[in-house]
Amino acid sequence: MGDRYLNLVNSPVGSAVASRVGLPKPAVLRRYVEGEPILPGPVRIGAVGKVDPALSKLVSATGADVRTTEADGDRWGALIFDATAVSSPADLAALRDFFSGRLRSLMSCGRVLVLGRAADGADITVDASRQALDGIVRSLGKELQRGSTANLLLVEDNASLETAVRFFLSGKSAYVDGQPLRLVTGVAVAPADWDKPLAGKTALVTGAARGIGAAIAGVLARDGAKVIVADLQQAGEALAKVANRIGGTALHLDVAAPNAPEKLLAYLESQTDGLDILVHNAGITRDKLLANMKPENWDSVIAVNLQSQLSINAALLSSKSLNDQSRVVCLSSTTGFSGNRGQTNYGATKAGVIGLVRSSASAFAAHGNSTINAVAPGFIDTEMTAKMPLATREVARRLSSLQQAGLPVDVAEAISFLSSPGAGGINGQTLRVCGQNLVGA
Amino acid sequence: MLTAAIDGLVARYGLQNERVGEVASGAVLKHSRDFNLTREAVLGSTLAPTTPAYDVQQACGTGLVTVILTANKIALGQIDSAIAGGVDTTSDAPIAVSEGLREVLLDVNRAKSLGGRLKALGGLRPNQIVPTIPQNSEPRTGLSMGEHQAITTQEWGITREAQDELAAASHQNLAAAYDRGFFDDLVTPFLGLTRDQNLRGDSTVEKLSKLSPVFGTHLPGGVEGATMTAANSTPLTDGASVVLLASDEWAAEHKLPVLAHFVDAETAAVDYVHGDRRADGLLMAPVYAVPRLLARNNLKLQDFDFYEIHEAFASTVLTTLAAWEDAEFCKSYLGLDEPLGSIDRSKLNINGSSLAVGHPFAATGGRIVATLAKMIHENGGGRGLISICAAGGQGVVAILEA
Repeated sequence: MGDRYLNLVNSPVGSAVASRVGLPKPAVLRRYVEGEPILPGPVRIGAVGKVDPALSKLVSATGADVRTTEADGDRWGALIFDATAVSSPADLAALRDFFSGRLRSLMSCGRVLVLGRAADGADITVDASRQALDGIVRSLGKELQRGSTANLLLVEDNASLETAVRFFLSGKSAYVDGQPLRLVTGVAVAPADWDKPLAGKTALVTGAARGIGAAIAGVLARDGAKVIVADLQQAGEALAKVANRIGGTALHLDVAAPNAPEKLLAYLESQTDGLDILVHNAGITRDKLLANMKPENWDSVIAVNLQSQLSINAALLSSKSLNDQSRVVCLSSTTGFSGNRGQTNYGATKAGVIGLVRSSASAFAAHGNSTINAVAPGFIDTEMTAKMPLATREVARRLSSLQQAGLPVDVAEAISFLSSPGAGGINGQTLRVCGQNLVGA
Repeated sequence: MLTAAIDGLVARYGLQNERVGEVASGAVLKHSRDFNLTREAVLGSTLAPTTPAYDVQQACGTGLVTVILTANKIALGQIDSAIAGGVDTTSDAPIAVSEGLREVLLDVNRAKSLGGRLKALGGLRPNQIVPTIPQNSEPRTGLSMGEHQAITTQEWGITREAQDELAAASHQNLAAAYDRGFFDDLVTPFLGLTRDQNLRGDSTVEKLSKLSPVFGTHLPGGVEGATMTAANSTPLTDGASVVLLASDEWAAEHKLPVLAHFVDAETAAVDYVHGDRRADGLLMAPVYAVPRLLARNNLKLQDFDFYEIHEAFASTVLTTLAAWEDAEFCKSYLGLDEPLGSIDRSKLNINGSSLAVGHPFAATGGRIVATLAKMIHENGGGRGLISICAAGGQGVVAILEA
């Protein structure tokens, strides 16, 4: 189901009417297309103090045009500010100085990226100033227009920035807005080919027969992974089509079945050289107000959305089938942060996943520097949302800074990013892909 | 259906754009325009379009005989991989025109002028317009397969109770196999259908005993003596099946699990037209094929962990077993000093067979080969015997091992 309103306000007549009447004007987002430049225009980098030449070099290496001089009328594809040196509230004025004069020159679907440091409890003033960055970026995300986004990278000294900078500048992060992400020192290997960062990797995506799962499988395959797509036997017809479209293999697996981990391990042992990437995407909804919730609706949602992830992770960690530097990405939801009426069961599982990845991080790090993270999609246009009543759907779509629903591919891009070898410094975190949804963001 | 089955296999083993050595399959009921059915299915599938393919047809033995043909080519080193199988539809069967109408139409086609065409059409008679519905009957005897088997059933004294027991077990075994997920990695759903439609997991001997006989009612003994019902005879259904075969090296290169090896096969035929009423029944050829196969491989009938005897009719399976247990028959007709003996019935069709699955003629062989191969693999090794009877008095049998 296409977004007719978005198409309308991006037509000449619709655009004029929307401006006069003051209706929201969602932009057509810039999404990744192989071969296209990483940004629509040049990059200006600022900093508290002097700009670190290493940062300029790193951004240039992505293919972006980093300018050190500027003239009137320059328009920017991205504005990057290095605020890692912020140590007092007064330092924050440097951000105002850098951004306020340039924000009006930010191009459509431009990028604002702020680098900071995570509060570490060592100094109250420093920590307060660092935490302030979060408020600046989240507020800026809500101010930016025309599909532009603002995000915050909290960087440890020796953390590898490359993969994250590429993701956040490119169209791959189209629907990630107003989010902080911590990068710590980890084993983050740069891929041989940035267009195929997952080359040579074996990935498994559960619930891959349709919707977001099928999109994830497609993006992982595009990025070079050999993908095993798993779903219920009942979904086998659609699953075979997905597998054949992306050149992957289909596996009939009910993740909630008690013997699922055992079946999965047997399969991995006989037909793969071990798993590098696991995406726990399988999920169901059985919405009812808690007062009316039937035990079977409660139990099935818990079993599929949460217990299956715990069981399969435990089995993989104690097996030989999970390779070193593997990546596990679990599907959470913004409902896991905000809650949702009629979704106590679903909300439980999606919040549970956030806890799951946070608490599993050290176990995965101990497993050959592997990582585990979650992605929390907001309102994403799928077959499921196409069945919502029109008015509810239209309102839900506008309730984010980007004033539109995301696409399954937006979730898939974030997952591929977290699955890439260069994302080794991200562990135990939950990244929201919600267009800075006004609820729970 | 064949394309969907091939695509399901391709998806399961990641064979997209792979040039497989060859694809052999066939259909028993097919329209003449589908002369290249298998090749067309390959072109419509996600296999490399450079994959060669051909059609084979040996009635109900089609599926198994494609496995034999391709396995032999792999053993000879002519190809290193193949897909074998078959497809059939009874619900969407092609319908032929009558002989008279066909002759008229050919005359019209040959006529050179409008007048000539009209003259040819003038030869049309109303009775010629009635189409010829395909029938499951033997051209040389005019008897349906069921009526043939009814004679054999009576000759061998196979009881109604024994047939109903076998039929109920087939349904119960298949249902249990589905329930424990045995078919999860074997079955590709089609048009929303995820299990065999014919399956009635709640079948019991009591329920089946209530049905009226449909075959053999004209034989001596009449309706009272007839034992074959709709439940203990296999329904003709729609389906397709394919099996991936390869050399060990090819399987290793593709990191695919080897479920079982194809060992040997034998085909026999009986003269059901002129032969003995008891010994040469239409569906009794496997009775002759198996001892030849066993002798060549130095095996006894009891040297198997699994027996897959195609349930054309419950009584076909029971006759086959009875014949092997019959010392006099084995001596006179199989030339054996000792009877082949009985088998451990707990090893027979343990995940159900055609009575429950249904019998889409050419697809049955591939289904049985895949099922047996997985059973052997699950068992951690072993040996299995396949026996399939076919129209025209033929029988195809084979051994799988791991």
